[in-house]
Amino acid sequence: MAEKKLMKGNEALAEGAVRAGCRFFAGYPITPQNEIPEYMSWRLPQAGGVFVQAESEVSAINMVYGAAATGVRCMTSSSSPGISLKQEGISYCAGADLPVFIGNVMRGGPGLGNIAGAQGDYWQATRGGGHGDYRTFVMAPDSVSEMGNFPHKCFEVAFKYRIPSMVLADGIIGQMMEPVEFINPEIDPKTLTEPAWALGVNKGREKRIVKSYDLREGYLEVMVNERVKRYKQMEANETMYEEKMMDDAEIAIVAYGTSARVSVAAMKLARENGLKVGLFRPITLWPFPKARLVELSKRIKKFLVVEMSLGQMVEDVQLSLNGRAEVHLHAKPGAAVMTADEVYRTMEAIVKKGAKEYAAAK
Amino acid sequence: MYQGIRISGFGGQGVISAGVLLAQAGMMEGKEVSFFPSYGAEMRGGTANCSVVVASDEVSTPIVSTPDTAIVLNEPSLAKFEPMVKPGGLLIVNSSLVNSKASRKDITVLYVPCNKIAGELGNGKVMNMVALGAFAAATGAMSVDAIAKALPKVFKKLKPEVIELNIKALMRGAEFKLN
Amino acid sequence: MQLQNKRPESLLDIKMHYCPGCGHGTIHRVVAEAMDELGIRSRTIGVAPVGCAVFADTYFNCDMIQGPHGRGPAEATGIKRAKPDAIVFSYQGDGDLASIGMAEIVHAAIRSENITVIFVNNAIYGMTGGQMAPTTLLGQKATTCVEGRSAKQSGYPIKMCEMLATIDGATYLERTTVHTVPGVIKTKTAIRKAFQNQIDGKGFSMVEILSMCPTNWGTRLDNPSEATKFVAESMLPVFPLGVYKDQQRTN
Repeated sequence: MAEKKLMKGNEALAEGAVRAGCRFFAGYPITPQNEIPEYMSWRLPQAGGVFVQAESEVSAINMVYGAAATGVRCMTSSSSPGISLKQEGISYCAGADLPVFIGNVMRGGPGLGNIAGAQGDYWQATRGGGHGDYRTFVMAPDSVSEMGNFPHKCFEVAFKYRIPSMVLADGIIGQMMEPVEFINPEIDPKTLTEPAWALGVNKGREKRIVKSYDLREGYLEVMVNERVKRYKQMEANETMYEEKMMDDAEIAIVAYGTSARVSVAAMKLARENGLKVGLFRPITLWPFPKARLVELSKRIKKFLVVEMSLGQMVEDVQLSLNGRAEVHLHAKPGAAVMTADEVYRTMEAIVKKGAKEYAAAK
Repeated sequence: MYQGIRISGFGGQGVISAGVLLAQAGMMEGKEVSFFPSYGAEMRGGTANCSVVVASDEVSTPIVSTPDTAIVLNEPSLAKFEPMVKPGGLLIVNSSLVNSKASRKDITVLYVPCNKIAGELGNGKVMNMVALGAFAAATGAMSVDAIAKALPKVFKKLKPEVIELNIKALMRGAEFKLN
Repeated sequence: MQLQNKRPESLLDIKMHYCPGCGHGTIHRVVAEAMDELGIRSRTIGVAPVGCAVFADTYFNCDMIQGPHGRGPAEATGIKRAKPDAIVFSYQGDGDLASIGMAEIVHAAIRSENITVIFVNNAIYGMTGGQMAPTTLLGQKATTCVEGRSAKQSGYPIKMCEMLATIDGATYLERTTVHTVPGVIKTKTAIRKAFQNQIDGKGFSMVEILSMCPTNWGTRLDNPSEATKFVAESMLPVFPLGVYKDQQRTN
């Protein structure tokens, strides 16, 4: 077993990316993710990589767009308002089938909002966020260890399916410190095969073009449909989730990130008080673990979605279950964190009163 | 075993480093730990605080909303964190800077003149260590020795004599026994 | 008979979509000739803009990337830093470089990115249909200033070479034109120098090229001299030709 190291979530994400072979980073300061560019600024040169502090988020994502076109494992990171600015570039990456990795440490919104942790960018992350029909692979860590270990999977999926990938964390996961153990083997980029589409030097081959457009009639449809096939494969092969105490559960909490951490405490409280509660934690937010939720709904008829937003993931749960079970919501918008006690009371209310909405009922 | 701790004081009093140190010490003792700072827009000299959890089981939420122990190093922190302490919990007050007395009767309050002791040791900066020493002795959540061992891991650039001074401060703090 | 000249290897034999009298075709050709002469085609990566020259990615016979409007210098930065052995050029129009992409070009110059920028200034938006550009002359008509650009309403045309010359990181800045044969020859010489600077690791180089847009200027397509006259009489007084910066340095 590797030695555990006490690290901040943001630092773990950066270190995890470097260990996963990332050798190019461009970013712009924004709280609460500043430790990522700060860490990369010294760590990447040490690993033979490149760090660029861009003049804006817009420029940063386009530097990454350019670097990705050369086949290098590259990354940018930001927080909510900055991710909004990057959306155009992310859409181009999706349209040009470029594998890039994006760290997104959510803060309160909309607008400038605040700098505390929040989960209000679920829709933006899972619906694409930028213009056009596309998907991004989105993983939601709930610990500093996962911050450190998810970049490996993100790069793997990004290159396998040629798709932008994202770690969607919240400010709390980014700022907290926990012991980290990096469990994936370290990747030396020199051992990776250069992708067949990468732009490069000293070629005796045909020219290559990286682009997201095709103005000829009917051709864009073919281009997007080819991508849809990969999305379907991802839905079948790359969905991840975690379950806790689900074997005898009568109510399932569905939560990710910090909400899932609080929900564990709420679940323990509920169990102490005789409520049979389990936790279903989607790890990939896209592809969303629909099939498993449907399977669970055969015996569990009450689901409670807990999220630090006005209720965004709840729509995916509803879409997945499609009326097969009750879907309740404990929402906490405005970059506030629910307490275990609050979540427990909501569960108690669901069991006792069968009420539907709790966010407004506090 | 579960110990949720909140440390609060002026920026520059070593609130954040004290929190990281507790987490590092807990981890080195084989416990589950988490550390979560207040972050962002505070100016130097403003109030900083952090949450630390040291537990035998997996830590659920890293934000300690009802601390088993609150360590308050300045006056504004007393007003903010005294009401949050769990009934039966512990409140450590830096009596060098906090003139007010705690009003709750359902918690244990320990007054430690952190700045005064640090001054006696010749370096006011180690006042946070005095508080941690008192915490270790009063709660038994971790030993002074464990915190001492964590010092060089967290403060990699500290000279050995400064580490020694920090350890002395921890031990002086540990002399403050509960009534 | 002896072959005096031929299509440069760096330009593919594809029918271009540019309008009659447009300067892009000529500029593509001199860029390609410069690449051939320097023997850099096999290691060159070009960045195509948004605008009429979006299809430059098809025409040049080297690896190409096309990306968002105005972001060419950022893309070029990413490519050059990731592949320092590559020769990277960004090909941009005036709306692309001097309006939406102003921050990117300025900061690429500030960082003295070791790249080559080909800036085509025809004082109008082409692909979107003749709207006012940041370089549109005062009094010049466009579809978003039908009475002609007024300073009160829209300010003044931006002079990029002059502005970038104030930046320490800018190594080489020259403004040329393709409305005359000597101008085309000078343009090629400038482009060669801008590439050579990159080969020598000297940092940021940009060639601003005054070019014609008969279609959107409303000059006669059957009489190209109307457009060249516009460059000579209207553009040159506002955008004087010449070298604005030629800094000796090794990065």
